[in-house]
Amino acid sequence: MARWSYPRPLAGEITPHGLWLSRRRLLAGATLGMAVGSGPRAFAAALHTRPGPFQAPEKPTPLQDVTHYNNFYEFGLDKTDPSTRSGRFHVRPWTVSVEGLVAHPRVWDIDALIAAMPVEERLYRMRCVEAWSMVIPWDGFPLASLLALAEPLGSARYVAFESVVRPAEMPGQTGGLDSLAWPYVEGLRLDEAMHPLTLLAVGLYGETLPNQNGAPVRLVVPWKYGFKGIKSITRIRLVEKMPPTTWNQMNPAEYGFFANVNPDVDHPRWSQASERVIGAGGFFGGGRKKTLMFNGYGEQVAGLYGNMNLRRFY
Amino acid sequence: MPRLTGAGRTRTLLPWRGERMALMAVGLLPAALYFWYGAQDRLGPDPVNVFERWLGLWAVRFLLAALLVTPLRVVSGVSLLRYRRVLGLLAFWYALMHVSVYVALDQQGNLAVLWHDITRRPFLMLGFAAFMLLLPLALTSNDWSIRRLGRRWGRLHQLVYGVAVLVAVHFLLAFKTYNATSVSYAAALMAMVLWRAVFLARARMRRAVP
Repeated sequence: MARWSYPRPLAGEITPHGLWLSRRRLLAGATLGMAVGSGPRAFAAALHTRPGPFQAPEKPTPLQDVTHYNNFYEFGLDKTDPSTRSGRFHVRPWTVSVEGLVAHPRVWDIDALIAAMPVEERLYRMRCVEAWSMVIPWDGFPLASLLALAEPLGSARYVAFESVVRPAEMPGQTGGLDSLAWPYVEGLRLDEAMHPLTLLAVGLYGETLPNQNGAPVRLVVPWKYGFKGIKSITRIRLVEKMPPTTWNQMNPAEYGFFANVNPDVDHPRWSQASERVIGAGGFFGGGRKKTLMFNGYGEQVAGLYGNMNLRRFY
Repeated sequence: MPRLTGAGRTRTLLPWRGERMALMAVGLLPAALYFWYGAQDRLGPDPVNVFERWLGLWAVRFLLAALLVTPLRVVSGVSLLRYRRVLGLLAFWYALMHVSVYVALDQQGNLAVLWHDITRRPFLMLGFAAFMLLLPLALTSNDWSIRRLGRRWGRLHQLVYGVAVLVAVHFLLAFKTYNATSVSYAAALMAMVLWRAVFLARARMRRAVP
């Protein structure tokens, strides 16, 4: 039984991913003489995806803004640091380890993972805890698809994520006053992780993720504040106890484990009732709008929380 | 102990006045520049936030500059006392613009939100209190008030050290983490307050033990 509902394409309308891949290989093979099964890196720039079930009525935030205004503290504290200081970050070769309380642990090569998963486009609202928002066309696959292959054991209650530590390539990780503990870690309850909205994004705007947006694979949980969306994931671990999360450890009074978007529960230092719309243009673009409960995804996710006190478990 | 207030007041001749007006004009350039950029949508994807923070940063810079005048004179003998009032006023003008942008552009004049913010959030209370304390200082930063208030003027303007403490904490809280910018400005402001406290204590001791 599914509590959520959304338009689903007819099965016949979907090109099976494998078939689509083989078409690509055929084309590439015809012109370049590439053998079938040769490096999937051939798909690096243009990531071919199909429209997914979740769309949003809002206008997407311009690509330039999505890729040049974001937080990625591994590269620095400023919003422009990720785009200007991520040039030395190497996202190949890359592996993602799925481990812990699963029947089939596996260390995935990123390209094998992308090839094995149903990559689709999803237009999601993104609400930062700093009270600004974007609308981003991600390309990715449901985390649930990956977890299904791993088969979580009955004892698994939470999913813990871990990001990469490479001070040589990530200037924000080198000493100084940087006050986050590396690696960046995040977590979800298993039912949140299995929710069809929860996405592992490998691209945006139809192309592979730029370094600054969390290449090669990042988490996107659209009904939670953006900091839950851990970037450049190296490890996904199924665990029994609620795992530590970076911002919660940094300041537990300000950042909770759940971090659901909630206009009624303010950040101690600012209101969460409304948000600045990024890319609205100039001073007088009128770029402020009311923040929606669960970032507007209440219909799909409110059931996950039942009678939970969301003021206490913020 | 050097006189800390009122000195330089005798030199209100035209050349000095022109010099100070020029400093005021130059000091307002950062605001004008960013306003120009903002009007042309050249402040990036989140222009209001950038402008708001820019104005706050310059308010802190001018406040710090005004507070540096006396230590600089005591330590190096270089007196910039005749510019101190302009520096203080620049801090006030930037604080006023910072608050105005917060009220009018950021919160778009939503009084309910503003009231809620100012009454519940220490971060905003501190900032607002600092601005309120700056008001009487700005209003009395003129020759007439100095003559009129006499010795009380100096005591009134000691409030600037309270402003410095409030601003230091407000500035630290404006960032999600401690970082080089916020920590160094806050430390510099606190250093000015400490220096002043030590300076006064020493002067008092010297007077007590003749």
